[in-house]
Amino acid sequence: MNIQVDNLNLWYGDFHALINVNAAFTEKQITAIIGPSGCGKSTLLRTFNRMNDLIEGVRTSGQILIDNENIFGPETDLVTLRKKVGMVFQRPNPFPLSIYENIAFGLKIHSSVNRNMLDEAVQLSLQQVDLWDELKDKLKKSAFSLSLEQRQRLCIARLIAVKPEVLLMDEPCSALDPQATARIEELMRELKRNYTIIIVTHNMQQAARVSDETGFMLLGELIEFGKTEEIFTTPKDKRTEDYITGRYG
Amino acid sequence: MRKFKEFLIEKLILICGLASIFFVVLIFLFLLKEGLAVFKTVSPAKFLLGSKWYPISEPPQLGILPLILGSLLVTLGAAVISIPIGVASAIYIAEVAPLKLKEILKAGIELLAAIPSVVLGFIGMVTLVPWVKNIFHLPTGLTALSGSIMLAFMAMPTIVSIAEDALYSIPKSYKEGALALGATRWQAIWRVMLPAASSGILAAVMLGLGRVIGETMAVMMITGNAAVIPHSILQPTRTLTATIAAEMGEAVVGSEHYFALFAIGIVLFVISFGINVTADIFLHKRKW
Repeated sequence: MNIQVDNLNLWYGDFHALINVNAAFTEKQITAIIGPSGCGKSTLLRTFNRMNDLIEGVRTSGQILIDNENIFGPETDLVTLRKKVGMVFQRPNPFPLSIYENIAFGLKIHSSVNRNMLDEAVQLSLQQVDLWDELKDKLKKSAFSLSLEQRQRLCIARLIAVKPEVLLMDEPCSALDPQATARIEELMRELKRNYTIIIVTHNMQQAARVSDETGFMLLGELIEFGKTEEIFTTPKDKRTEDYITGRYG
Repeated sequence: MRKFKEFLIEKLILICGLASIFFVVLIFLFLLKEGLAVFKTVSPAKFLLGSKWYPISEPPQLGILPLILGSLLVTLGAAVISIPIGVASAIYIAEVAPLKLKEILKAGIELLAAIPSVVLGFIGMVTLVPWVKNIFHLPTGLTALSGSIMLAFMAMPTIVSIAEDALYSIPKSYKEGALALGATRWQAIWRVMLPAASSGILAAVMLGLGRVIGETMAVMMITGNAAVIPHSILQPTRTLTATIAAEMGEAVVGSEHYFALFAIGIVLFVISFGINVTADIFLHKRKW
């Protein structure tokens, strides 16, 4: 599923946080958005599932087409949109429920499911994030008994359970150590076979390692967008080059 | 010199701190001494389970079961009314209300807490009591139900403000996580926020009920004060607290009646203590 962003502008009150963003995200690949803190990369990510709606005083103009449908259009149903476009947060945020219930949550809110379907979905989702073997005997335990990495995997499993098409990842590894980060990145590479992934990261090496395409943002503008290789080796814009070579950031 | 001043202030604060404990212990000992004296003439079982409270007949009959049941009935009624409304308004204030309305509602709840119970009592007496009488076609509107309704007003501020705190202190990331999965606001509240806040909400309920069971003035004015075992919430009843307040003035010091009233005090103390300890356990239960 392709995502098309046309002339997107966003204001928090008087602050112009996204300025004329245009981009096209290709399906079943990983697109990274990089840039210094406060450049609007998280804000951009949070427009795709309209999580910015939670903040008071947010206005947008322009459009984002997902499946050729403008998500700011009057017919957009937030529940359907967010089911289709899932999000993984910076700090792993499992619910204060059991491991099993964390994954069952999404299924229960979207459809009437019986116990067997739940069991199956829980197993399948945990298998996809490589947690099943570790946790299959501890499903009743609190999700808070898990390590940070396991929690983040659980959050990804919880998302996969509702069968989204797009995964938005907002610095998903920033709370993790380097080994855990490497394993999550490995997981992302596996997941891109089935999902369109957009990841926000301030870690340029991470973007270079996992992504197929990269967008560089600065002060609310999308400065450059293209193949990751090209962005990191032959950037067209001076500001991108300065950022990548570490002149600021 | 400066050291001496420090020393003096330190000790002074220490004494103030100890004073409160000291007085509690004194009160408790006095209560025990006076209250336990009644068991020289009545057995504890007969006192707690006796169904007749005729303290000034000859010989006096000192069974407080009707009073215990009266207190429990009124409290239960108040719980049934105040818990759903209280928790629902806590949810509304914490999660749904726009900022301005939220401030207004919180102020209103605090104001409700500030109304003296005797005022609630007489307002209940002139408005609620006739209303109960007419609606249910009763000989009198002074019933356990009237008491429950008024007491629900007294429990509500405690329940709402503590439950609201509990809901508010849940990390925002739970709600975001639920909404990002496509949950509606209500699903997020019901399936994630409420379970996460459950111990705080239970504590809120316990503290609210603790306030109800110890309340005296309002119940004395509107429950009808009949020391009989209640068979329905539409009957007059009398609570433990109201009995002490109403009879202590006329009890002869040193009489069995006098000691019995102190023993009722012990019973009340035990009940309140139990409720507060339970609330405390919920409040300090390991957070998720």
